[in-house]
Amino acid sequence: MNIVVCVNHVPDTETKVKVGPDGKSIDKAGVNWMLGPYDEFAVEEALRLKERAGGQVTAISLGGDTHKETLRKALAMGVDKAVLLKDDSVRDSFSVSKALAEAAQSLNPEIILFGKQSIDYHNEQVPGMIAEILGWPSVSVVVKMDIQGTKVVCEREIEGGHEVVETTLPVVISAQKGLNEPRYPSLKGIMGAKTKPIEEKQPAAVQNRVEVLDMHKPDQKPPGKIVGTDATAVPELVRLLHEEAKVI
Amino acid sequence: MKILAFAEQRDGAFKQSAFEVTKAASDAAGPLNADVVGLLIGSGIGAIASQLGGFGASRVVVVDDPQLTHYSTTAYAKIVAEVARKEQATILFLPASQMGRDLAPRVAVKLEAGVAADCTALRVDKGEIITSRPVYAGKALTDVRVTSPTSIFKLRPNVFTAGSTNGTSAVVEKVTVTLTADDFGARVTKTALATGRPDVTEAAIIVSGGRGMKGAEHFHLVEELADAFGAAVGASRAVVDAGWRPHDEQVGQTGKTVSPMLYVACGISGAVQHLAGMSTAKYIVAINKDKDAPIFQIADYGIVGDVFEVLPVLTGEVKKLLGKN
Repeated sequence: MNIVVCVNHVPDTETKVKVGPDGKSIDKAGVNWMLGPYDEFAVEEALRLKERAGGQVTAISLGGDTHKETLRKALAMGVDKAVLLKDDSVRDSFSVSKALAEAAQSLNPEIILFGKQSIDYHNEQVPGMIAEILGWPSVSVVVKMDIQGTKVVCEREIEGGHEVVETTLPVVISAQKGLNEPRYPSLKGIMGAKTKPIEEKQPAAVQNRVEVLDMHKPDQKPPGKIVGTDATAVPELVRLLHEEAKVI
Repeated sequence: MKILAFAEQRDGAFKQSAFEVTKAASDAAGPLNADVVGLLIGSGIGAIASQLGGFGASRVVVVDDPQLTHYSTTAYAKIVAEVARKEQATILFLPASQMGRDLAPRVAVKLEAGVAADCTALRVDKGEIITSRPVYAGKALTDVRVTSPTSIFKLRPNVFTAGSTNGTSAVVEKVTVTLTADDFGARVTKTALATGRPDVTEAAIIVSGGRGMKGAEHFHLVEELADAFGAAVGASRAVVDAGWRPHDEQVGQTGKTVSPMLYVACGISGAVQHLAGMSTAKYIVAINKDKDAPIFQIADYGIVGDVFEVLPVLTGEVKKLLGKN
């Protein structure tokens, strides 16, 4: 089975975000980068599929040279091949989707896996857009997946519960936490990843449809009230919620 | 100019987001000199359609077909795009719910439309919509505009207030969209909804517990307070990873993003990743023994005390206030 997993190189969750000099994007100085946490579930699922069905897993990432770090992490986990679509320009989700769809298609996959969202822009657009571009079915926010032959049965999260979705290969899947427990790369994997080649491609330019006008920090909330230090403060708290905040 | 407002329904009842999205569309429509057309998809759902009039829709297009009893990404996306084209709607508003987030990217490709995702604020500036949305787990906000001729806006649930209906009934138009087996590439075969408490992403009030609860066996204190409020129960990542609470209660960067009227954080220290999921709550109450816990920096009201002492008393007081004894 040809399996493709798309991964993103994102600031780690401890990052103190500062607005960069262009006023529209994050200041990259001092940022620690990581493989997106949701993407890890996708990589793990790709590896498990390969272990069950045989085949090859290719990881693709779109971005600058630094994205190779994240591709190496995927290789260290056990992915067979890595492709960097080298492009430093600002791309919106559609532009990213076009580039990834083209690169993925050339690998003739039966399944393309993503994390449900990337933790930088949280657009949750790319998996669905790629599926539409390729004319494939898609299932998002998947917490369970079972593939028998070409039949795919997934469980996805919805508000207040779950839905069971049935579809067939080829399919685009976006992974939600709970789908699996991602493995830690072995020492052998890490060492091997340093020497595995990363293929570089130049993705075609695509016109953006969304423009970021500005990025700013949210307004600081004014300091709140400490109402007390034990249960005797409760009546006052309830009074404030009722009369001041008017939420109950 | 027309704004198409996607009104999500489940089991024949509107989701609250349907009213929020319609009202937000109506607010934007004023300065844009546009009309709001609602879109309702499902099976046997015609009767509820006119209600959208009370939130600003002048008309509602209903696509009612037994094949649409359950959600299907590709069938619904086909319908939304076809209706948008038929109506010549150049702006689409969808909720950033699981359904909306699943649909929007596919509709966007069909209509060659740019998408502004997870909007938390909208304004009309010189005849176009500018939207504000959080990025980097809410650590920053970006102002975004869509540059393609057709645009799609996904609105974060629980942020845009629907208010109450103004009592107007919208004109309802039933539209048929031809659907074949090919349109149901992925179809829902079963839905399992947890009964009882509201989902965290839809709840007006959330009572959430963290490591300070010291064990799964103490979470009943959180649940009892939640039930007194009629609220949803939330959890920090630590207690979910420890197996004390199920993943669908997790609030935070790798859990759910919530925007309730009131968030009560019990024994939660307020790690950056947790705040990412709840900092847009309208009011935040924190109960924690540690006066230096970061949660107090974003709480509107706090009690620096022992959750085991405070929670039962708080539950009692809330029940008294709400007349449930």
